[in-house]
Amino acid sequence: MMAQSVAGRWTIGLVLARAWRRAPHLVVLLLLTGVAVVSLFPLYWLFNTALTPASSTVKLPPDIIPTNATLDNFAEIIRVSGQGRLRLLGPENPTRMSRLLLWFINTAFIALVSTAAHVLFDSMAGYAFAKRKFPGSNVFFWMILAALMIPGQVTLVPLYLMITKMKLINSYVGVLLPGLADVIGIFLLKQFIQTLPHELEEAARMDGASELGIYGRIIMPLAAPALAVTAIFAFQRYWNAFLWPLIVLQSPDLFTLQVGLSFVHTSEFGTNYGLMMAGAALAAIPMIVFFFAFQRYFMQGLRIGAVKG
Amino acid sequence: MSSAFAPAVSWPGRLLKFWRRHKWSYFFIAPSMILFLVFIGYPVLQAFLLAFQKVDLRGGAWVGLKNFQDLLASKLFWAAMRHTLVYAFFVVAAWITSSLLVASLIQPLSNRAQSLFRGAFYLPNVTSIIVISLVWIWIFEPDYGFLNYLLTVVGAPKVLWLQNPDIALWSIVLSTVLVVPGSGVVLYSAAIGSIPREYYEAAEVEGANWVQSLIHITFPLLRPTTLYLTVIYTIAGFQIFERVYIMTGGGPINATTTIVQLIFQTAFSDFNYGRASAQALILFAIIAAFSFIQFKFLSTDVEY
Repeated sequence: MMAQSVAGRWTIGLVLARAWRRAPHLVVLLLLTGVAVVSLFPLYWLFNTALTPASSTVKLPPDIIPTNATLDNFAEIIRVSGQGRLRLLGPENPTRMSRLLLWFINTAFIALVSTAAHVLFDSMAGYAFAKRKFPGSNVFFWMILAALMIPGQVTLVPLYLMITKMKLINSYVGVLLPGLADVIGIFLLKQFIQTLPHELEEAARMDGASELGIYGRIIMPLAAPALAVTAIFAFQRYWNAFLWPLIVLQSPDLFTLQVGLSFVHTSEFGTNYGLMMAGAALAAIPMIVFFFAFQRYFMQGLRIGAVKG
Repeated sequence: MSSAFAPAVSWPGRLLKFWRRHKWSYFFIAPSMILFLVFIGYPVLQAFLLAFQKVDLRGGAWVGLKNFQDLLASKLFWAAMRHTLVYAFFVVAAWITSSLLVASLIQPLSNRAQSLFRGAFYLPNVTSIIVISLVWIWIFEPDYGFLNYLLTVVGAPKVLWLQNPDIALWSIVLSTVLVVPGSGVVLYSAAIGSIPREYYEAAEVEGANWVQSLIHITFPLLRPTTLYLTVIYTIAGFQIFERVYIMTGGGPINATTTIVQLIFQTAFSDFNYGRASAQALILFAIIAAFSFIQFKFLSTDVEY
């Protein structure tokens, strides 16, 4: 009897001791979860409001979880954003559709074309700077490094005047072309391609491979991870771009999602928060899906970018 | 190729040889370099020229330093400068602290939990600032917004977050600092992960606890990462625009006007392109100073 109760007391002591030792761990987990909840709250609130029926958006206390979840707000914002013509396929396209869907297609188009051009041009230049010796390569590369320091606001006004003079205001070309002049991808790819062994190219050259073949068949497949990182960051940047499209695009049919949303925000629907959040959610969802699909590359890209400058 | 023939090669011949040897290199860099020269190089030079002119859509006329003199005499410019500095300072301080704290707390967890938290903290960064700003307008809404609801729950009076000129700038700061920057968490946690375990084991043998190891081992070895993040966050802070444009438009009564918001207004509401370029160059000077610090400090990398 006596021995048993002593043993019992011992076990309780052990459990307590273990809990005490683990306590910091629990506190850490709770603290981290708390910080994460605050950080994620705006995104959560976006979807919560977007899914809440219009009748319950403005009430106190607010619904903390969407109890009567509905897609009404999405249908409504697509309806009230107005009708427009898709101008991608030519100016006289008769098909009319909801402006919000139009903006979605415009944004996807601009982001995809920019990303594709970026990956192609940056990888070409990155390869040349990493592996080829040619007069002027140092000068060009230093110019690129210097350009990394120049904030976009410096070129904003001159670019606007230039695009105006070229009569490219209110056109996709006007949005796309200056946007393609971005040097961070060249830098990133040069750093990566430099680490590839030189022997592969030499061997290919011995076998009579063409210069394009070496770039396309040898270097590009090996640089695939860095190309993926470049593509992902470019896509994110162009999908979320705001200031330049805002300045260049003037007719609502051409707007991107971010520009369109900023105009809806100042319209009569701006204080209809259910609608606003549904529109914002439509702009956010592709990037969120994109992030979950390519999370690994996002993390890698950050580290590559931070290695040196 | 033989040097015996070299003197006989004429200028066109040399050019031809040069072309044969380097044409592919120039082919590979041509698209990027043309885009760069036309859409970055030329506009940068143009910005320097515009800053010394009075420019409208009809053309420009030289005015010397007048744009800069006008700016230095403008109350609004100094207000914009002050707002931008306040924003950048508090955002950088908060972001460095919170991302370092989160990365340190993540470290002892299992790999799975670590990547889960890293993903959770990075997720808000992938959505556009326009979207995030629209949500914050709703959270800051005076009557039905979530923040004022929380205030009424604890019995505090409601706050006009974005409508009160004394508070609006702080509300924009709050909306920024409450979200932990995912980039900082990821980079700090990578840097902490690369610190050799032996350092901590040695410290434990010497009787150091977790907090002591953090202060004496982790923090000093994270200095390069801290500097890098400080500089990129400061640069981002100085360029704050979209949040202000969407949430307040610079108001109420210019209480939240920042440098980039001012550049935007000067160029695209007042159509004073020369003055806007002068403002942009001042922003450039500030950012260049910080980038210089970045290059300087990053070159003295800590080895371990």
